[in-house]
Amino acid sequence: MRNVDVLVVGGGPGGLAAAARLAAAGAGSVEVLEREQQAGGVPRYCAHGGFGTWSRSLTGPAYARLLTDAAVAAGAVVRTGVSALDWAGPLTLTTTGPGGPETITARAVVLATGAHERSRAARLVPGTRPAGVLTTGELQQSVHLYGQHIGSRAVIVGAQDVSYTAARTVRAAGADVVAMVTELPYPQTSPARAHDARLRGRVPLLTDTTVTELLGHGRLSGVRVRHRDGRTITLLCDTVIFTGDFVPDHELARRGGVDLDPGTRGPAVDGALRTSRPGVFAVGSVLHPVESAAMAVREGAHAAGRVMEWLTEGAWAWSAGVPVTAEPPLRWIAPGRVTPTDRLPYVLRTTTPLTRPVLEVAQDGRVLYRHRLRTAVPNRTVRLPAGWTGRVDPRGGAVRVRVTRR
Amino acid sequence: MNSPRATVTTHGPLPDRPYDVAVVGAGVVGCAIARALAHRPKLRVALVEAQDDVGQGTSKANTAILHTGFDAVPGSLEARLVREGSRQLAAYAAESGIPVEEVGALLVAWDEEQLAALPRLAQKAERNAYRETRLLDPAELYEREPHLGPGALGALHVPGESVICPWTTTLAYATQAVRGGVDLHLNSPVQDASHDGSTHRLRTRRGTLRARHLVNAAGLHADTLDRRLGHHDFTVTPRRGQLIVYDRFARALVRHILLPVPTALGKGVLVAPTVHGNVLLGPTAEDLGDKRATNSTADGLATLREKGRRILPELVEEEITAVYAGLRAATEHDDYRITAHPAQAYITVGGIRSTGLTASLAIADHVTGLLAENGLDLGPVRQPPPVRMPDLGESAPRPCEQPQLVAADPEYGTLVCHCERVSRGEIRDALASTIPPRTLDGLRRRTRARAGRCQGYHCGAAVRALFEEARG
Ligand SMILES: Cc1cc2nc3c(=O)[nH]c(=O)nc-3n(C[C@H](O)[C@H](O)[C@H](O)COP(=O)(O)OP(=O)(O)OC[C@H]3O[C@@H](n4cnc5c(N)ncnc54)[C@H](O)[C@@H]3O)c2cc1C
Ligand SMILES: Cc1cc2nc3c(=O)[nH]c(=O)nc-3n(C[C@H](O)[C@H](O)[C@H](O)COP(=O)(O)OP(=O)(O)OC[C@H]3O[C@@H](n4cnc5c(N)ncnc54)[C@H](O)[C@@H]3O)c2cc1C
Repeated sequence: MRNVDVLVVGGGPGGLAAAARLAAAGAGSVEVLEREQQAGGVPRYCAHGGFGTWSRSLTGPAYARLLTDAAVAAGAVVRTGVSALDWAGPLTLTTTGPGGPETITARAVVLATGAHERSRAARLVPGTRPAGVLTTGELQQSVHLYGQHIGSRAVIVGAQDVSYTAARTVRAAGADVVAMVTELPYPQTSPARAHDARLRGRVPLLTDTTVTELLGHGRLSGVRVRHRDGRTITLLCDTVIFTGDFVPDHELARRGGVDLDPGTRGPAVDGALRTSRPGVFAVGSVLHPVESAAMAVREGAHAAGRVMEWLTEGAWAWSAGVPVTAEPPLRWIAPGRVTPTDRLPYVLRTTTPLTRPVLEVAQDGRVLYRHRLRTAVPNRTVRLPAGWTGRVDPRGGAVRVRVTRR
Repeated sequence: MNSPRATVTTHGPLPDRPYDVAVVGAGVVGCAIARALAHRPKLRVALVEAQDDVGQGTSKANTAILHTGFDAVPGSLEARLVREGSRQLAAYAAESGIPVEEVGALLVAWDEEQLAALPRLAQKAERNAYRETRLLDPAELYEREPHLGPGALGALHVPGESVICPWTTTLAYATQAVRGGVDLHLNSPVQDASHDGSTHRLRTRRGTLRARHLVNAAGLHADTLDRRLGHHDFTVTPRRGQLIVYDRFARALVRHILLPVPTALGKGVLVAPTVHGNVLLGPTAEDLGDKRATNSTADGLATLREKGRRILPELVEEEITAVYAGLRAATEHDDYRITAHPAQAYITVGGIRSTGLTASLAIADHVTGLLAENGLDLGPVRQPPPVRMPDLGESAPRPCEQPQLVAADPEYGTLVCHCERVSRGEIRDALASTIPPRTLDGLRRRTRARAGRCQGYHCGAAVRALFEEARG
């Protein structure tokens, strides 16, 4: 058994940012466990630009290196090829790697384990089980990390940001995009991006359309799709990419009996990114699958401050918080708990498009805040500032966020 | 430790020299027969398979239960072979490293009619020489299965019912057969067969294979091959069973195999833990005309989820890891169709419908006996070298969790598939094994790489890279 001050599980943007801040702030020994051979998380295999800030946009791999170097320079130990497997005590984790199994006890643990896209089976798409059925994560790694051949004609299921990334990667790998298919009546990306894909990329977009069956033995031969009006056609293709529909990689959290948020299925946290398990924090995509890498980084930095407080004060204010719930048509809100001192902005998702919606925050019938938005679209980020948290009664009921028109 | 004789071919012309026995079909049944014949060093045996791997037919897509045979038709050949095969396979599994968990089954009664049927099922079990069943009242039932849906009236406990790894079973038989001297010819669909009084000629796209004795273990296609040799004893009507595999987090919801009480409409939908740590929900039972219809359907999945919600409401809240469908080789007969045709030195092993995994070793012994009756001189017995398969079971520690193993070879500590904790060492071993996988699916059945909740999102490309590197 070995002891460290802070153990960060997951060396993606969120975990690396937390580790860098903690090491710089003098948290003591800060160790990041990353199960892949290289740290950096998702950006490692996103060759496109758009990571970091507007003023300083980097490619994914460059961003991954930047964050890794920053953590190491600050004094954190980044161990790659090491997986955290399970809990062996309140703040003790079992791990394994080429050096063999190990047990590590920390004074604080930060979970930054990321998310994955639901597979075709998890989405209950019927049909045969041929080769050529991927998620964006697998596609990105195939093409950008291994230079693998992915087929010649691909259908992309989804029309959100990550779907457009997939389309670009398919074309970069020398294959054609037969079509993008979305159940919704419109694409869920910036108008510029959708327009560009349609015109320059000549990617047909089938809206109001569902994939009803995968065809082919051995290799995919086509996907059957149905339009809302009942028309059914078969798109001939040898590859299909299921995009979006992320679920948190919450395995460690769940194994540790950490309360899960019913909306996101990630660990429930308050604005200090505390989980229900004392000393255990969570940041990044595991909380809200999936936002920008910059947001994971901001959360990592924010959590670092709260971890420092925990290390010095040792008080766990989890029970001082109340749940925050998003009411339909809102799908989820993160963080899903609030204490009156919270300052971290909130992110939400909606299931239906909303025009000039007003988000109303209320507790026990008392309105705490109203916030007007321009639009809200499914699968895209909706933001809610945190200015209202001071008005929350920590002994009151759940805080509800709903959509009103007033 | 490949024995120098191990022969597995995938392309090129088939050997000229006639074999003593050709077994057509490398499913669990054909592989078990080949393994039994590997105990007879005098014999030259060929195992001929249409596909590029063993166990790619029905044997890869079933409910993975090692039955006691408590509910078989008393007095049938199936009842006897299931009863014997079950014991044999349990022992074989223990010595070969095939994961088995004796979780026991509960036949859950949801209405008065089903409750009334339980004592009759207990009596039927006795007629099948299975005496350990016990009736449970609702209190005992819910104590055993606290997550069971409301409204169950009682259950029959069948403690001997177990779950097993179907892929390792087939692969263990095949590996032992090949190491014991059987030639395995993959990618060799038998398109036609004829017998000229002394020799069978099996025409394949890799040329003609000759053998003195023929065993037809072609599963769904056993009737087709039978007709080529002039027999019209049975017709296979594939009966599809669709299944849903739930996430490992569902495993804690269920302790036993939860069986429905069989009705006139069939065996119904069950919920069962798997040895790999998941939970199965299924199968459907749909009679079809197409022997390739291993696709799942929207209706089938909806039906399963509806039934699952009744049995174990929390189950359907968990994530789904995989969906698959298998085809039972159902016939118009209510028993196996295992028939010897001495004049043709030919044995048909047909209609091995929903219990073939369990019965496989007993079927193999039975067929060996029939071969001798057909005039084959089996010669002396020699035990083939024992096999020790990688344990894919959830109850065994994974290699990455074993300090000595990782210390001796750090590749066992280098994880590739994180959801299932499969290391580079295990993938390397599978790729260098006696019967190496020819596809990523074959690799998955041998190691569980990409079989977990992310289905390759994290590891798919890395696993593929290792696979392609090894295959050159
Ligand atoms: C295809 C795609 C394109 C994207 N494009 C952009 C973009 O252009 N711009 C942008 O800002 N954002 C983009 N994003 C989002 C961005 O990648 C995420 O917001 C960011 O990666 C989240 O960081 P994270 O640290 O929370 O998780 P991740 O990056 O997912 O990192 C989690 C890490 O934890 C490790 N891990 C998990 N479990 C364990 C364990 N038990 N033990 C050890 N290690 C473990 C994983 O291996 C992984 O490295 C994109 C995402 C995807 C999927
Ligand atoms: C949904 C479902 C659930 C089941 N559950 C259980 C269970 O819980 N327990 C249990 O014991 N059993 C169960 N079974 C039954 C069990 O899976 C089968 O009885 C068993 O797999 C049959 O094995 P087999 O070798 O006869 O057939 P297969 O596995 O189908 O093997 C036949 C092989 O022959 C090959 N072949 C066919 N034609 C030719 C040709 N012309 N030339 C060369 N090769 C050919 C095929 O490619 C195939 O590999 C279940 C079956 C299903 C479908």
